Amino acid sequence: MAAAKKSSKSNVSAEELMSHYREMLMIRRFEEKAGQLYGMGLIGGFCHLYIGQEAVVVGLEAAAKEGDQRVTSYRDHGHMLACGMDPKGVMAELTGREGGYSKGKGGSMHMFSAEKRFYGGHGIVAAQVPIGAGLAFANKYMGTDDVSFAYFGDGAANQGQVYETFNMASLWKLPCIFVIENNQYAMGTSLQRGSSTPELYTRGEAFGIPGEAVDGMDVLAVKEAGDRALAHCRAGNGPYILEMKTYRYRGHSMSDPAKYRTREEVQKVKSEKDPIDHVRDLLVTGKHATEDELKAIDKEVKKIVSEAADFATESPEPALDELFTDIYA
Amino acid sequence: MATKILMPALSPTMEEGTLAKWLVKEGDTVASGDIMAEIETDKATMEFEAVDEGVIGKILIEEGTEGVKVNTPIAVLLEDGEDASAAEDAASGSQDTQADDSESSDAEDDSADVSTKPAAQAAGDMPEIPMENIPEGTKFKKQTVREAIRDAMAEEMRSTDEVFLMGEEVGEYQGAYKISQGLLEEFGARRVIDTPITEHGFAGIAVGAAFAGLRPIVEFMTFNFAMQAIDQIINSAAKTLYMSGGQMGAPMVFRGPNGAAARVGAQHSQDYAAWYAQIPGLKVVMPYTAADYKGLMKSAIRDPNPVIFLENEILYGQSFDVPELDDFTVPIGKAKIAREGDDVTIVSFGIGMKYALEAADALAEEGINAEVLDLRSLRPMDTDAIVKSVKKTNRCVTVEEGFPVASIGNYISSVLMQQAFDYLDAPVINCTGKDVPMPYAANLEKHALITTPEVIEAVKSVTYR
Repeated sequence: MAAAKKSSKSNVSAEELMSHYREMLMIRRFEEKAGQLYGMGLIGGFCHLYIGQEAVVVGLEAAAKEGDQRVTSYRDHGHMLACGMDPKGVMAELTGREGGYSKGKGGSMHMFSAEKRFYGGHGIVAAQVPIGAGLAFANKYMGTDDVSFAYFGDGAANQGQVYETFNMASLWKLPCIFVIENNQYAMGTSLQRGSSTPELYTRGEAFGIPGEAVDGMDVLAVKEAGDRALAHCRAGNGPYILEMKTYRYRGHSMSDPAKYRTREEVQKVKSEKDPIDHVRDLLVTGKHATEDELKAIDKEVKKIVSEAADFATESPEPALDELFTDIYA
Repeated sequence: MATKILMPALSPTMEEGTLAKWLVKEGDTVASGDIMAEIETDKATMEFEAVDEGVIGKILIEEGTEGVKVNTPIAVLLEDGEDASAAEDAASGSQDTQADDSESSDAEDDSADVSTKPAAQAAGDMPEIPMENIPEGTKFKKQTVREAIRDAMAEEMRSTDEVFLMGEEVGEYQGAYKISQGLLEEFGARRVIDTPITEHGFAGIAVGAAFAGLRPIVEFMTFNFAMQAIDQIINSAAKTLYMSGGQMGAPMVFRGPNGAAARVGAQHSQDYAAWYAQIPGLKVVMPYTAADYKGLMKSAIRDPNPVIFLENEILYGQSFDVPELDDFTVPIGKAKIAREGDDVTIVSFGIGMKYALEAADALAEEGINAEVLDLRSLRPMDTDAIVKSVKKTNRCVTVEEGFPVASIGNYISSVLMQQAFDYLDAPVINCTGKDVPMPYAANLEKHALITTPEVIEAVKSVTYR
C-alpha cells in the first residue's frame, strides 16, 4: 500500500484506542453477519460489504462533532454504524423488514437517518458528491459551523459531476470534506486501469482545493487528517480532499468473484495492514488493555450483532399498504 | 440607392420591441459596425449596429416608441451623393409594397419575407380564459407570464428565508429570459445565486440543500439542459422520501422554459411534460395563463415535494389578467374549465391551450360547442375533471406539443377507456407534435408542431362532421 502517510503520534488515550477498536470490530462483525444472512437468502439484491475499510469511517467520525453531516455511496453500512445508527435498524433494512431505517423500502443501498444526519446511502455512483456539497451549502446559508462529509470511491472519482461539484464547492467556499475511499478497485477495474492520474488527492488542484493522501488502514492517521480537514472547513476556507488509501477484502458486491486480483494480494493486506489488528497491537503492546478486556469487547460486539440479526429476521415484512406511503410529503 | 433600415429581430421569439434610444441623428455618416440605436426586447436592451455605410437620411421612428413590430422601417440610409429627397421617396413606400419591391434587394428587405418569420411571430396574442375562486370585487391587472413568475418567487422569498433561487445567469444578468429581473437587487447574492454552466452539479447541490431543510428554486435556462441533471431530479429528488421511509425529501422547484420556442432546432425544442409526468415522487405543472403561473408557482414553492414547473418561452411575453390579491395561490392538481361547451371536450395544458382555444373559437362559428379543459397540472392529474366533462360531451380530443408516443394524451385516452368507455361516442384523438426531431426550417417547424387546423379537423372527426 503506497500511502503517503503522515506518522500517527501515539498521544492518544487508551479510551480512544479502545473506542476505535470497538467501533471497527462492530462494523467487521456486522458485515460478516450480513454476508452470512445474504448467503441464507435473508438479504436480497445488491449488498456491498465494508470489510477492510473500517478505519476510514471510524477515524473520521471520531474527529466529527455533533451536527456534522455525512453522505455516501451504496457501500454504506460502515458509515451508518460509525455515526451511531442502531445496528438493529440497519440490519432490518438489509432484510427488508418493517423495523428497518426505511421501513424496508430502501434496502442496503438506500438508507437514511435524519436524526443522525446521515443523508444516504446512494445507488448512483457519485450522485452523493453534489448532494454532500449541497448539505455544506445549507450549512453556510444558515450560518452554522457544521461540516459535511461526502464519501465516494476511486471509481466515482472519475465521474463528471464530481468536478462540477469541486468547482462550485471551491468557488463558494463550501464547508465540505470530500473523502475519496480509494480501495484500489472500481468494481473490477483497478485504479491503474481506470484513472489517468492515480494520485486522487491531487484531483482538486485545478480548483484550488487542498488534498492529502492518508493511510486509510491506520485509524489514528485518519483521525488526525480528519481534524486538519475539519479545522480547514470550519475556519471558512472552503472544501478539503482526503484520499484514504484503503482496501476492501470482499468482492465489490456479494455476487463478485473478484477474479481481477490474486488471493495473495488480499492475504498480504490482511496480514500486514489490517486496521483492527493494528489497533489491537497498539492496545496490547502499550499495555492499555489486557487480552481478557479485548475478549470481553469481542463478546459484547458479537452479542449486539447477533441481536441485530435476530431483530432483522423477526421483524415482520412491511404492511402491504406501505407500498403507497411516503411517495409525497 | 436609399435603403430602409428595419426593426431587427434580436431574439428567437421577439415580435416587437421598444426603440429605446437613437445614437445617431439625421445627417450623420455611419460605417459598418457603428452602433446606431439601443433596442429593448422582451429579454434585454440590445445595441443595434449598422450593416452598411452611408448617411442617415431620415429617422422614421422616434426614440422612446414602444411596440415597434419587427421589420418596420425605422430609418433611411442614403448612399454617398444621394440627397434627402431620396430619403423621402424611400420613406413614403409602405411596408407592404416593400416586401415585393424588386428594386429593394438589400439584406434588411430579404428578412421581411413573411414566410421566414418564426412561428411565434405569426402566433399573435394568446386567448384569455376566465378564472375561478376569485373573491368578488377583486381587482385585476394585466401582467405578462414573465412578471407573474417573478412576482410569485419574490413574494415567497420575502416570506421565507429558506427559499432561494439558483441557476445560470439568474443574478447579475437578470435572467437569460429576464424572469429573475430585480431579484438580485432585492434579495442579494446569498439568495439569488449565479451558477457555472453545470446543470448536473448544481441540481445535485440544490437537492442536498433541500435534504438539509432549505427550499431551493432551481432555474434551468431551458428544460433541454435539464437532461444533464435528470439523474439528480429523478433518482435523488423524486425517490428519496420513499427510500428513506418518509424521513427526508426534497422540497424544491425545478423550473424553466420547456418545449419549442422558435427556430432553435432539435436540441432546444423538446417538450418534457410526458417524461416528468411519469415519475412518482414528482409533481408536474404546466400552466397557460399568467394568473395560473403566479398561483401555481407560489404553491410549488410551498409544496414539500419536488415540483417540475414547465414554462413556455413564447408565453413569457404574453399578458393576462392577474388578480391583485396579497396571497393568490392555485392548487396543484386541479384542472380548470377554460370554456364551457357540450359537443366535445378538448383537453390541453400550457401552450397547447392556445391551439385548443383558437380551434374552439373557429368551431363555434360552425355550430360546434367545444368544452376546453386546461389541465394546468400533469401530476397529480385531475382525471376526474376530464371524465366528468367527457361524460357530458361524449367526445374527446387532447392537444399537446410533445411527441406522440407515450404522450400525455395517450394516458388520458387510457383513463377514458377505463372510466368512461360507455360514454364515448367516438375514439379519443390525440393531437401532438409530429414524431420527428424539431427541424430548423420555418415551414418545417410549423408543421412539426401541433396546429389549430389539426385540432379543428380532429374535433370534426370525433363529432362526425
